[in-house]
Amino acid sequence: MLTNFPLLSLVIWLPIIGGIGVLLNGDNNPWARPLSLLIAVITLVASLGLYTGFDTATYQMQFVEHASWIAAYNINYSLGIDGFSMPLIILTAFSTVIVVVAGWEVIQHRVSQYMAAFLIMEGLMIAVFSSLDAILFYVFFEAMLIPLFLVIGIWGGPNRVYATIKFFLYTFFGSVFLLLALLYLHHVTDSFSILDYQQAALSMQQQTWLFLAFLIAFAVKVPMWPVHTWLPDAHVEAPTGGSVILAAITLKIGGYGLIRFALPIAPDASMALDWLVIGLSLIAVVYIGFVALAQSDLKKLIAYSSIAHMGFVTLGLFIVFRIFANSATGSGAVLAVEGAMIQMISHGFIAAAMFLCVGVLYDRMHTREISAYGGVINTMPKFAGFAVFFAMANAGLPGTSGFVGEFMVILAAFQANFWFAFLAATTLILGAAYTLWMIKRVIFGEVANDNVAQLTDINRREFLMLASLAAIVLIMGLWPAPIIDVMHSSVEHLLTQISQSKI
Amino acid sequence: MNQTLLLTIALAPLLGSIIAGLFGQQVGKTWSHRAATYGVGIAFVLSVWVLKLVAIDGETYNQQIYQWLQAGSLSLEVGFMVDALTAMMMVVVTFVSLMVHIYTIGYMHDDDGYARFFSYISLFTFSMLMLVMANNFMQLFFGWEAVGLVSYLLIGFWYKKPTAIYANLKAFLVNRVGDFGFLLGIAGVLMYAGSLDYIEVFAQAPAMSEKTITLFAGHEWSVMSLICILLFIGAMGKSAQVPLHVWLPDSMEGPTPISALIHAATMVTAGIFMVTRMSPLFEFSETALSFVLVIGAITALFMGFLGLIQNDIKRVIAYSTLSQLGYMTVALGASAYAAGVFHLMTHAFFKALLFLGAGSVIIAMHHQQDIRKMGGLKKYMPITYWTALIGSLALIGFPGLAGFFSKDSIIEAVHASQIAGSGFAYFAVVSGVFITALYSFRLFFLVFHGKERFDTHSGHLPHESPAVVTVPLILLAIPSVISGYLISSMVFGDFFGNAIVVHANHDVLAHHAESYHGVMGFILHGLTALPFWLAMAGVATAYYLYILRPELPGKLQQRFNWLYRVLDNKYGFDDFNQKVFAGGSLMIGRLFWTVGDQKLIDGALVNGTAKTIGWVSKVIRHVQSGYLYHYAFAMIVGLWLLLTYFVV
Amino acid sequence: MIALSDFLILGALLFSLSVAGIFINRKNIIILLMCIELMLLAVNLNFIAFSHYSGDISGQIFVFFILTVAAAEAAIGLAILVVLFRNLHTINVAELNKLKG
Repeated sequence: MLTNFPLLSLVIWLPIIGGIGVLLNGDNNPWARPLSLLIAVITLVASLGLYTGFDTATYQMQFVEHASWIAAYNINYSLGIDGFSMPLIILTAFSTVIVVVAGWEVIQHRVSQYMAAFLIMEGLMIAVFSSLDAILFYVFFEAMLIPLFLVIGIWGGPNRVYATIKFFLYTFFGSVFLLLALLYLHHVTDSFSILDYQQAALSMQQQTWLFLAFLIAFAVKVPMWPVHTWLPDAHVEAPTGGSVILAAITLKIGGYGLIRFALPIAPDASMALDWLVIGLSLIAVVYIGFVALAQSDLKKLIAYSSIAHMGFVTLGLFIVFRIFANSATGSGAVLAVEGAMIQMISHGFIAAAMFLCVGVLYDRMHTREISAYGGVINTMPKFAGFAVFFAMANAGLPGTSGFVGEFMVILAAFQANFWFAFLAATTLILGAAYTLWMIKRVIFGEVANDNVAQLTDINRREFLMLASLAAIVLIMGLWPAPIIDVMHSSVEHLLTQISQSKI
Repeated sequence: MNQTLLLTIALAPLLGSIIAGLFGQQVGKTWSHRAATYGVGIAFVLSVWVLKLVAIDGETYNQQIYQWLQAGSLSLEVGFMVDALTAMMMVVVTFVSLMVHIYTIGYMHDDDGYARFFSYISLFTFSMLMLVMANNFMQLFFGWEAVGLVSYLLIGFWYKKPTAIYANLKAFLVNRVGDFGFLLGIAGVLMYAGSLDYIEVFAQAPAMSEKTITLFAGHEWSVMSLICILLFIGAMGKSAQVPLHVWLPDSMEGPTPISALIHAATMVTAGIFMVTRMSPLFEFSETALSFVLVIGAITALFMGFLGLIQNDIKRVIAYSTLSQLGYMTVALGASAYAAGVFHLMTHAFFKALLFLGAGSVIIAMHHQQDIRKMGGLKKYMPITYWTALIGSLALIGFPGLAGFFSKDSIIEAVHASQIAGSGFAYFAVVSGVFITALYSFRLFFLVFHGKERFDTHSGHLPHESPAVVTVPLILLAIPSVISGYLISSMVFGDFFGNAIVVHANHDVLAHHAESYHGVMGFILHGLTALPFWLAMAGVATAYYLYILRPELPGKLQQRFNWLYRVLDNKYGFDDFNQKVFAGGSLMIGRLFWTVGDQKLIDGALVNGTAKTIGWVSKVIRHVQSGYLYHYAFAMIVGLWLLLTYFVV
Repeated sequence: MIALSDFLILGALLFSLSVAGIFINRKNIIILLMCIELMLLAVNLNFIAFSHYSGDISGQIFVFFILTVAAAEAAIGLAILVVLFRNLHTINVAELNKLKG
């Protein structure tokens, strides 16, 4: 193995530079699509190198790169990945390929700008997941918003301006607290290294403030109730590709941030305030489940279901303290954290697939209203097959990846408190209710109107896109072990970190 | 017994399903049904082989196939456990499934979704095999949900029918309510046993039974009771026990072969199987057993009543299935697991037979399902008639037929049971016998005897179904007669061995085994016992009401109109669910959305912030007059104020 | 002998005169510009006076800077004024309220 080969830098900068290249090529360049696809695929292949070269036995950062960036302030270009970030990086690279394919025919104006935005965003997001320097993280964390902002703002729906501003202000609101917390930690540790931050000894009061700052910053991203309302608006207005990236990756940065910052830096405060996060997570699962039931817009429904599913991530991460208190072995805690991680990855695939399905319909009918559909199965049988499959995955059917995370988190939640598990398990009913009711109204039944009667089934490109996602969802559901195995060491390390008081 | 053998059994139907489902168009109709039928056929033959290995050679098997995932010290695996219980279930499932496959070739011949249908039923067979062969709770849950999925797909098979797609959604959601409890039960098992592997969990059962959990402050609950009741809630969903029974009658919207396979013979008995499998846990909780007993008794009796007034041929049988599932559940509650499973097996044969017979009638009637528009079919459809007669007699427990042995052993077991609720349960199952005979023969007489009330003006007289339909009927009629004679080894013998655990103080079957002296003795005893005479009374009443005095039922209906209305509304469960649960959830959802999200969060917090800022600036803007001399004045005044402040 | 205070009083008088000119005058923008110049001259006078009495030459150097800046300011100010008049056809201060909030 080429241990010194800067693979991480490659997967970060290849799409960014490639994206700029696509952008410079001009707008009506017929090569914009194939070139973008080529770049995305190469990045994906390169990112798989992170998996094959990954050492599962250690929790230490791997593929580490280090270079001085702003020497005067000791800010470094410092990269590295562990079991938490590696799967998310591959997810990012994969999603980008899907997005490029999804936009192939649909996007007809400013093609190269569209493709470039996603490629650049890919590089920035991978950089977020692999930054080990707080300032570097922050820069990428913010920079990532710009392409997404443009994607929604330019290729979005009629109400896109409201949605983009809401989305931008919401996340910026959170970011301010993140920056404050990071700078304060620099003041304490005299370093910008995230790993140094994690070692810092902090008093309870310091931890509480830091924890709240991190929580606000990342809760907006996740998003947790009650700072979730930007998501449905952003999803509704975003083009399909934007929704895919938003659901698949952007939300994961919230969960990742909690794992990377909030828990290890402020373990005592996390423990003291776990009731807050658990409470909000359960609200997300139950409350949002009901809200999703009442939606009449396909994308809004899926957006709300995303929020409910992300509730399992935060729930899984924060029940560990109660599990520690209740059981001696602590294998429930491992179950909880790994369940949260699996839930994030699986949600990346399933939500992406659901949004693609909506995209497929939207491209043909130009409406997202559920009531405008009905009996799609009659004209689009192949599509209906995929839609039902992904709906089942969304409802957490065993054998699909959607089940694994929910199952693990619910099993673990029981060990924290019976009622946590009770409320979390309501997703079994609610999730099935809103997803399958939607399927019933959209897919099944007699052909509802002339527009539906004129639908054409998915073409090869769409088939390939959905089939590859379906395959992954199925394989992850039937055999999640390979993905979970890469996290073990990192999860164990995280649990040791948070079980030791820092005061 | 080795892994390859078991994998072949499970995967052969899956392969058939994939061929028929994904490549149905390429391989054509014939090869679709061949692929599926051969797959299930292989599974059946090998299952019989497995049963032989278990029952005669005394082998058992319990090994993992691959590790599903590992988290900390917990390892979740996919593996097979085969003991007598599993082997019996495998044979029942694959046999009925094979019959249904053959039957379907005829029944669904002209349907557009021919290959799709075969794909689904083969997939169902695979899922059901995964369920019964599981050696851990995770895989059990996988099979559990997978059969639910296939059930969903099959109920909604005719996706253009609004009633069908309503029924499949309802079935899935009601099942999910059960699964909700089931999953919590599994989580409880994991917490208190530290494993999901059957053997390890059962080994932990004595230790678990002593633990308590506080659910509400100040109330200690026995962990075992909680877990068992939660697990049983899962069984209530799948096996359609009151109040989670509402989906089963509606599921009759699906094609008849699947009503036979899924909603009568196999899937709905998954709950019975599961509780039997968990007998080492349930035995530790009398509370849970009482709960099981009472729920089962309610289902057995009250669902039987509903069968009396239904006019749809399939729905009558569906309510009969509900009632029979209640019998099985009662057996479980009385700790007579072997009797419950025995009834499961015999019921699978004769109920599948009845459903397929009903399907045969439905073909002959050109998809007319109303029994008031049938009658006198005996002479047109002799094979269907005789097999249906065997099925009905087996169902009502006519001595010598399969249902007699299984039902009588349940009634006797409940009679001997001492746990709370057994008195009521005994009353329910005994009076249920009369009801069963009444609705069964009401159906039978209305369909096959009496006046020909069907529409013949089109010139087509009904005729017997083709061989692919009648051969499965005959093949199912055989075990409906003879399988009862297995009682000696299955109920009173030690066929199940270690697969079922019964504590000595509940062991009602052992109590009976003492007085059991062979099959003939059992039959002779049955002839003199109350249930037999009740059954005969039921048949006689049906004969009187529907053959001798056919005008009487209408009068009775008018006379007891209120009762009829209660029964016709199915005790109001459907309305209640529709209004309270479906309507209520939607209302809560709308409320949360419009008030919580839109008004409070978006309106007050998000846009409210923006509005406040806008309002403040609106006020502040007046300071910006635009006149230079105002600004200059402000500057001077400011300067003057600052100077005075700093100087003074 | 003229005392320092005399110079300062004169400077203060000039300054007050120009301040009064800025806000009493509501008509002509040229007068405004002249008032600003006058203000600067009042400051210059103070600089020179202090410089002379404290014997430090740097005060007078400052005056040259201020004069240069004032000249440039007057040039730009008049240029703006011309453009303003060309566009709005008025140099009436009371009508120039485009920056009103």
